[in-house]
Amino acid sequence: MHRQAFREEAFELLTELENALLELEENPHDQDLLGRSFRAMHTIKGSGAMFGYTAIAEFTHDIETVFDQIRNGSTNINRELIDKTLRSCDLIRVMLDDETAVSESERSDLTDYFHKLNQNKAAKGVNTSISRPSPADQSTAETEKIYRISFKPAPDIFFSGIDPLGMLNELRLLGTCSIVAHLDRIPPLEDIQPDHCYTYWDVILTTTREEHAIRDVFIFIEDSCELKIECIVKMDSFADEQVEKRLGEILVERGELTEENIAGILKQKKRLGEMLVETGLTVPSKVAAALVEQQQVREVHQKRQTTEAASSLRVPSEKLDTLVNLVGELVTVQARLTQTAAVRNDPQLANIAEEVERLTAELRESTLTIRMMPIGTCFSKFRRLVRDLSAELGKEVEMITDGAETELDKTVIERLNDPLVHIIRNSLDHGIEPAEIRERIGKPRHGTIRISAKHSGDSVVLTIHDDGAGLDAAVLRTKAIDRKLIPANAELAESELFHLIFAAGFSTATKVTGISGRGVGMDVVKKAIDSLRGQIFITSKNGQGTTITIRLPLTLAIIESLLVKIQDSSFVMPLSVVEECVELNRSDSTRAAGRLLPIRGTLVPYVPLRERFGLSGSAPLTEQVVIANVEGKRIGFVVDQVIGQHQTVIKSLGTAYRNVAAVSGATILGDGSVAMILDIPKLMIAEENICISP
Amino acid sequence: MSSISLPQTTRYLTFKLADELYAVDVANIREILDVTAITKVPMTPAFMQGVINLRGSVVPVIDLRLKFGISPTECTMNTCIIVMEVTVHGETVILGALADSVQEVLELEPEQIEPAPRIGTKIESGFIRGVGRHNNDFLMILAVNELFSFDDLAGAAVQAAV
Repeated sequence: MHRQAFREEAFELLTELENALLELEENPHDQDLLGRSFRAMHTIKGSGAMFGYTAIAEFTHDIETVFDQIRNGSTNINRELIDKTLRSCDLIRVMLDDETAVSESERSDLTDYFHKLNQNKAAKGVNTSISRPSPADQSTAETEKIYRISFKPAPDIFFSGIDPLGMLNELRLLGTCSIVAHLDRIPPLEDIQPDHCYTYWDVILTTTREEHAIRDVFIFIEDSCELKIECIVKMDSFADEQVEKRLGEILVERGELTEENIAGILKQKKRLGEMLVETGLTVPSKVAAALVEQQQVREVHQKRQTTEAASSLRVPSEKLDTLVNLVGELVTVQARLTQTAAVRNDPQLANIAEEVERLTAELRESTLTIRMMPIGTCFSKFRRLVRDLSAELGKEVEMITDGAETELDKTVIERLNDPLVHIIRNSLDHGIEPAEIRERIGKPRHGTIRISAKHSGDSVVLTIHDDGAGLDAAVLRTKAIDRKLIPANAELAESELFHLIFAAGFSTATKVTGISGRGVGMDVVKKAIDSLRGQIFITSKNGQGTTITIRLPLTLAIIESLLVKIQDSSFVMPLSVVEECVELNRSDSTRAAGRLLPIRGTLVPYVPLRERFGLSGSAPLTEQVVIANVEGKRIGFVVDQVIGQHQTVIKSLGTAYRNVAAVSGATILGDGSVAMILDIPKLMIAEENICISP
Repeated sequence: MSSISLPQTTRYLTFKLADELYAVDVANIREILDVTAITKVPMTPAFMQGVINLRGSVVPVIDLRLKFGISPTECTMNTCIIVMEVTVHGETVILGALADSVQEVLELEPEQIEPAPRIGTKIESGFIRGVGRHNNDFLMILAVNELFSFDDLAGAAVQAAV
């Protein structure tokens, strides 16, 4: 349980670290970024050690030291360092799954590098640190502080798999440490439960680090222990004049004695403080000032911690899935209620039904937004990909992202990752030309990949644009004919030709590289997008670049759809593909032998679904044709009746129906009956196949 | 076939399909329902009857008579849907099977069960786990996990579509 929590957190931290590193490469002096990287690394190390990931902890330690030096200004960031650190992140990721998976030699390569850096620094000494131009940071980094840490773990701490001694050892790494163990909570022998922890500790720690660094050590058990961290002495430039606390004060502060006890004893002679003031060693205001300052620091920290705790909450995604399912069922029940109310013609009941409808809609909205995540989490991974790939290919490529805050369902984002990686790889490998060629043809040396996301109605539109070579329609045509994907005499529009790259086994690259060009990829991309109920388009200008547009639904759980009826069967069609509805009179259908319907000057083919699905009964005099538009192709589906718009909660048909071509799922209607969700793109392909092979 | 080991004493639900007795291990049975509205899924083979709404989830229903090559089930007072839980490709699947009538739950000792005969039954021997003997009646014990593996569905669905 706790290990799992640690792993999840570690993965997040690694991602954050990676982002910070990539940004650091551009602004090497950004203290905030340095701080972020350092903290991430520190937490991975600290909690890693606590949960028994010793290899990770050791491995991270050296890197952490190097970054500490960068923070202090004694080492500078260069590309090699970033490279090595990124590589280390990858290794840590592997090690989180299986510590033994990374061989010693792989690790030692990196550790040697960081070791050397550490030693270099030691040799160079303090001289280099003076060259740093940031006095503000220097003061915080160089100031030594003394903290008093009172750490009282809950008796059942061992059950969570945590070893308090591990934490104490970690405190030792932070600075000079004196630890006092208190044994007075240990009960008489007969009451001792061997699996309980009765010991608690007081630690006096002298360190240059901030309090949060100390808190980080205890991060996983903050809830299950009494933890008090106080900065008792801050050695600034007036260190010599610093007040030294007296024994009495310390004891009172620790709550061991009361003020009265001390006062009683001290009354017998002159107060120590007075003596000190009299002799000119210190002034009373210094003491008060120190206390006020200390109080303030504590308050700021407390405030920060409470806001952090309130602003976000970690919830396992299964719980969210259950919630979404429940809301889905509630929507179904609410539809039933509304229907019943309408049938009963009872205004009171209708009122309630309306209220429930409003609440359900709100509940649905807010439940779905819980699952929403900014797509930026996905973008940041690509930054790394682009960086590594462009180095490997010897190209100069810059990635620009736009709309990273656009929110999408978590599942969609996760499943979007692989297709996007494919697309970006393709752009880098085939799209963007090497710098020399780009210069020759008058483009900037730097290639640019722009990934942007934005909301559009009930869907999200993602575009990936590169300013590379673009697609050559003529080459695509020859290739397609070669592979017998199209007949040699086929007349295809440019957009249709571009769409061919999504066909299986189609690759435009003349040579296969390790990165792409095997022709697997774009068809996989298309399949992945299809499975997300999305659509993918491609436009390109030869010599100027390629743009791939992906349109995705906001969520997978509930869709807006059109409810139609054939005889007694209900079907729903996703509204995203429906373009319009037109009437079809019996006279028209008998006249149009080729099953084409003239719509505003163009002929649209239509399919009588009753016949296709083998449903009984005869068609009414006036049928309805729902015109769907899939990837620019229009097709009509003839139904008896169009009922109207419907909020469709998608239910899977399960393994039994996984290969059915016509439907993508089912939904439960207000009256409790089941309606099929038609898979329009697949139906369309099936129709095309019928046309080709009669 | 005979190598399949049968557990000790097991309880079986027996039901009739066209006057023949069949049995399914009660561990696989979830519940028994009266026949409700079954929604046909387009472009699927006939033995896939369709889906029902089982308290908010969509459950597929199979016509076992058609699956075994007997005539289609005709709904009578006694017809019911046996909802089962089977393991297909390592996944637990809930599905319903139409039965002409449900009989009883009975216990069978291992010695009352013989391995499935290779010939002489109406259905493929791969779908039968064994033949049980009870009060001079023979009952086919169905191997539900194999019966509902749906490997034949992929081809069937495509054929139906074209």
